[in-house]
This record gives sequence, structure tokens and C-alpha cells, in this order.
Amino acid sequence: MAKKEYAFYPGCSSQSKASASNYLTSVNSMCKTLDIKLTEIPDWNCCGASIGYAEGGELPRHVMNARNFALAEQHLPGQQVVATCAACWLGARETKERLDASAQLMADTNEALKEAGLHYKAEVEIRHMVEVLIEDFGYDALAKPVVKPLGGLKIAGYVGCQTNRPFGIAGESFENPMYLDKLVETLGAEPVANYEQKVTCCGGALAFSETEKSQAQIKNIVESAYDQGADLIVTPCPLCQANVEIYQEQINKRYGTKFNMPVTYYSQLMSVAYGGSSKDAGLDGQLIRAPKLEEIAKK
Amino acid sequence: MSDLNAQAVAKYRTNFLKEVEERVEEGEWVKMCMQCGVCSGSCPLGPFWAHPPQEIFMMIRAGRRDEVLTSDSMWMCTSCYNCIVRCPRKLPITHIMHGLANYAHRLGLAPKNQPTRVFATMFWNNLIKTGRVNELKLSLGLYFKDGFKQGIQNALNMQKTGLGLMKAKRLNPFELFSGHGCKDRKGIAAMLKKAREIEASRKHFAN
Repeated sequence: MAKKEYAFYPGCSSQSKASASNYLTSVNSMCKTLDIKLTEIPDWNCCGASIGYAEGGELPRHVMNARNFALAEQHLPGQQVVATCAACWLGARETKERLDASAQLMADTNEALKEAGLHYKAEVEIRHMVEVLIEDFGYDALAKPVVKPLGGLKIAGYVGCQTNRPFGIAGESFENPMYLDKLVETLGAEPVANYEQKVTCCGGALAFSETEKSQAQIKNIVESAYDQGADLIVTPCPLCQANVEIYQEQINKRYGTKFNMPVTYYSQLMSVAYGGSSKDAGLDGQLIRAPKLEEIAKK
Repeated sequence: MSDLNAQAVAKYRTNFLKEVEERVEEGEWVKMCMQCGVCSGSCPLGPFWAHPPQEIFMMIRAGRRDEVLTSDSMWMCTSCYNCIVRCPRKLPITHIMHGLANYAHRLGLAPKNQPTRVFATMFWNNLIKTGRVNELKLSLGLYFKDGFKQGIQNALNMQKTGLGLMKAKRLNPFELFSGHGCKDRKGIAAMLKKAREIEASRKHFAN
């Protein structure tokens, strides 16, 4: 039996050949080392993400999340739900909080769920993978399986918004959360100490609709990593990763910059440090390759 | 004027605050704002709001209904939650802004071609079709929202990125025809239909 078991909510972007498919690849590799068993919630659906509110409204959004909860309770009883996507985690936590606070909303949600043959018993717990790592394992336990320390790498821990606000990781401050830096240190790399864009918003979904405004944000995030001498940026959020990596090319055109800064997930760093190959760590999924990390993986 | 808007105007007359409290997500918090302005100063897109959140709250209390609901402002929210964690009165500002945007959209008062409104509508309609987001159809829909010619131009601008993503196995051209999705699509559709009905009755959209 695995050391830890969870009901897994991967989210739309982590599916095969979707924008964060390499996140899932690296999570699987990391979990194998840590002996974590993730069982996908059968037939899980989208959380509505940060932009679903405009057309979706309030109750339909909560009902979408509650459907996942009900499926988890039914098929994976007693297991906590773990999300790897920041928006999935936030959306699910928000729904859980609202339903717990309102008997009316809970009743309405269950009335709607009945149409899909489901019932939510309000027993589910929602965690982010980062919480699992820090709270259920702890930095010392995460350091133990390191076989290839990431020495010589300087890494900017870009926490962004949605694993940080409004819920955040317990014990961390909203303005300067330290968990990502501590994780980087645990793996033998050097965290950027004064990364002033650590919790800056990348524009989120507005990267698609307010392109210029979002790219101005992303420019600051990348520039600050360069200013601090970072070799790469690391993030816990699939949308942060995609936005900050993908738009560097357009930012270069717009601002005449020469950005080429790799943006990876924490799980990719862990996979490499735990002895995984570039492929295990999903590094072949980078639009901007991370050569120094690939070198360590090859050793 | 849309039927829903006409009905709202008749029902609430000059009491816009009451309308917001009853019909807008987390609207009952609006009266708690103490006008400190921390939200406005904390917003990453703050400079682009015609009326920043604290101003919106005061305008609601002053009954400036049309100016609030036709405003482009709420659509500038990136959902970064800075305002929520910094508000000394603990107002769920992000959700109130989402709620106002959703209400203005429902009444047909939100600016018609507001890009985030257009994208958000496409996003929800995309995800409810199969229960999961189809990223390819979503991007293409966005490129072609301003017509075919502009769409080709947009797609060409993003061509290198698109090909890069495909090579990295992070974009699947075959998603245009099939792609990911939930099995119980019928159940999801029925459940969402019911949820919309219940919401309409709770928020008095029907009477």
C-alpha cells in the first residue's frame, strides 16, 4: 500500500496534450518517489476557473464543483481531494466554504445535483498538492529522496496569486510567502532572496482578453527574475506557468527585450532532484527549454 | 431595455443598494465598505478601472445604477484576490466585482464588446458542452471573435507559439474534432439547468 492516498483532481489543463500536460508528467514522477497514490476522481468536471462567473453565475458554478465532491465521496470515500491546479483548488475551496456557511446554498446545490443522480454529504476536504508536500510530508522528508541536488541553480520562486490568496498555505503571509523558496532550498538550489514580483498577478485569464495589460505584468515578473540573476522561474500554478512562459516571445516584440527565461513547476524540480530524467520531469514540454536543469537530469 | 432590466427597474425603483444586496453575489457586503481605497491601490489593473472598487461601492449606495452596471470597470478584475486579503473590513471584493459583472451581463447592460465579457462567455459555454475545457476551440474562438480576416491574422501572429506548444505536446490539433470531456454530459446539462432555475427564483429574477 502506498504511504499516502488521495482523490486526485487534475483539472482541464493537466489532461494529455493540454497546456499543462507536462505538469502532470512531473507530478506523477514526484509522487512515485514519495510513494503517493493519486486516484483520479471518476468523470471529474471543470471547476469553472476564475472566469466562469460572468456567464455561469453563482449556483451553477458551485454545483459544478460540488459534482466533483459528490463523485469523490461516492467513489473514493474517506480520501481527501488533492488538486494540482491553483484555480481548481481555489474554485473548489471557495465552493466548499460557501456551502458549509449556508444551509440554503447546500440544499439548493443538492437539489441540482439530484438531476445528475448525485448527493454531496459535505464530508470532503480540499487540498493543494503543495499543502500535501509541506504539511503531510514536511521539508525534511522531502529532502530525503534527493539524489541529484540542484546545486548551482538560482531560482526565482514565483508564487503568483491563487495558491496564495485568498486562502494561501497555512502559516504563510500573503505578501511574502516563503514555501516555494524553502522548497527550492530543500532541493539544493539557491532561491532568489529578493524576488519582488513573487506575488504579482500575471493577468490570469485576462492574458487572453486584455493582452497588453497582462503582458506589462508578465514583463515585470520576468525582468525581476533576470535582475536577481535567476536561471529559471518556478511556480505552483499552471496558468502562471503558461502565461509567463508563452508570452515572452510577444513581449520581446512589444518591448524590444530579449527574454528567454525558463518557467518550470516545483514538481519538475523535484522530479529531477529525485533522479528523474528530463522526460520524467516533463522538461521536454517546455516552450523555453531549461538547459541547466536538463544537464543535472542527464548526470 | 431587456425584460429582465425593465423588471428590475420597476421592482427596486430608486433603491439600487437593495437591488445589489438581493441579486448580486455577496452584494450584502457593499454597505460595509469604509472607503479607505486599499482595494483600488492593490489592484494590478487599478489604473485601468474607470471606477475602482471603492468608488463602485459608493456609487451603489448613491444609487448610480446605470453608471455602475454599464461600466467597463468590474471586467478589469484578474481574480488576483489582493483586494480581499488587504481589505480591513474583510469585504469579499473580488466576488462582489464578479457578481456585479455577472449581473450587468445578465441584464444586458454590460458593455457589448468588452473583451473579458466576450472571453468569459465563450469560456463558460465551452466548458459546459463536455464538462471540461477544450483549449483549442477556446483559443480559436477567441482569435476569430472579430471576424474571419482578423482571425487569420491573430492565428498567424500566434503561429510560432502554437506550433511550439504542439511540439511540446501541450496543444492537440485533433481537439477540434473530439477531445476530452466528461461521460455524463446529460447529467451535467440537467444539473446546470436546474441550478439556473433555482438561482433565478432565489434572486427574484422571475417575479
